[in-house]
Amino acid sequence: MGFSADDWTAIALTVRLALTVTILLLLIGTPIAWWLARSHSRWKGVVGAAVALPLVLPPSVLGFYLLLAMGPHGPIGQLTQTLGLGTLPFTFWGLVVASLFYSLPFVVQPIQNAMEALGERPLEVAATLRAGPWDRFFTVVLPLARPSFVTAAILGFAHTVGEFGVILMIGGNIPGETRVVSVQIYDYVEALEYGRAHWLAGAMVLFAFAVLLGLHLFRQRQSRAGWNGGGLTP
Amino acid sequence: MIRRWSLLLVLFAVALQARAGEVTVAVASNFTAPMKEIAAAFERESGHRVKLVFGSSGKFYAQIRNGAPFQVFFSADRAKPRTLDADGLAVPGSRFTYAVGSLALWSPQAGRVRDGAALLQSGDFGKLALANPRLAPYGTAALEVLRSLHLQAATRSHWVQGENIAQTFQFVASGNADLGFVALSQIQHGGRIERGSAWIVPASLYQPIRQDAVLLPAGADSAAARSLLRFVRGKHAAAIIESYGYRAGR
Repeated sequence: MGFSADDWTAIALTVRLALTVTILLLLIGTPIAWWLARSHSRWKGVVGAAVALPLVLPPSVLGFYLLLAMGPHGPIGQLTQTLGLGTLPFTFWGLVVASLFYSLPFVVQPIQNAMEALGERPLEVAATLRAGPWDRFFTVVLPLARPSFVTAAILGFAHTVGEFGVILMIGGNIPGETRVVSVQIYDYVEALEYGRAHWLAGAMVLFAFAVLLGLHLFRQRQSRAGWNGGGLTP
Repeated sequence: MIRRWSLLLVLFAVALQARAGEVTVAVASNFTAPMKEIAAAFERESGHRVKLVFGSSGKFYAQIRNGAPFQVFFSADRAKPRTLDADGLAVPGSRFTYAVGSLALWSPQAGRVRDGAALLQSGDFGKLALANPRLAPYGTAALEVLRSLHLQAATRSHWVQGENIAQTFQFVASGNADLGFVALSQIQHGGRIERGSAWIVPASLYQPIRQDAVLLPAGADSAAARSLLRFVRGKHAAAIIESYGYRAGR
């Protein structure tokens, strides 16, 4: 049977979405993880809990509030309208914003764990060698925590690919723009086209399995080499 | 003394419960509100207990094929009960139309929708929500309306599709879509539109949205299940069904 043209459109869109989200999350998540790993602020618990929320909340809750928040009467919607961007639901960038929330802990937590595991010592040493804060971050922290960035990127990517509930709530099912693979599978199942559903769903299972297996092998190699892979077992 | 009486009362109630049956019913989510009311009336009248499960018809269909313990199935369409029937997964002769749905073009804004056809023609709107025509009978009907008005191509770029009619309603109610084709039953209660403004689409523009129910093999020997189906076809239930903007079946 193979994939239909619609399936390929959905697959391409899903990959584009997951790549965009992963890159943005590495940029946004790294400073958050750094701050969470280093800070002694009393806000640390609050921020940490907020970051971890999507691990606990059902996607339907997240999707429902995002639909309201990004709508014409919601705070995000008001902001995007003022900026002349219109509202975000039913657009690719709406999915990106929603996925940023949704996949945030999967990127922040491995990086944060690795940064915490580093401890103060390497930084102190670097400081005595007169490395400034930026220098310390880029030449000491980033290289030492590198494996955790790989873990974070893989988890963020895979998790965004697998996202369903949030997109169902705010996507609007527009081919090539918001109809991702998981929604396409749902469509097939609901339309009783089980054969087509099997093709895509089976591919998803293989993909997820390959990702997790790959991650395991990567970590094994890292730990043999003495690296710290950075926690958060999927 | 009072205690003895209340004990007797409890025993009596328990005895009644034991005689009364329980029926588990899968109900398409668009029929949630009327079904709750019907079930309550039926419980009062018959003493049987009704357990309602709401969800999408497609999901129920898959679950029933895989041995879900539902005794009665109220689908959002005719196709799924018919297929179950054809495959011997329903009690023969039990299938009937319990409600005929109507479609409305709706906006939560008062005064926004008057002549829906003219409004759609004008193109003076942002997103237009409809249920996915591949999945939801209300979506198929919405597509038929647009086809009848020769507006399918002209409006396509405005479409956003909900997976079911409940989600389509949510798109419009939250203001993210300007207008939407929703089920009249979602916006009408007690015979009047409750919120915003709507155009009740003339029935000549689409095929009637017939919703069928069937008795499932798990309920074949259940007096409660059979009596519920009888009740749904009766006058009392018909009045409830019609107050939500459906026509009663038959």
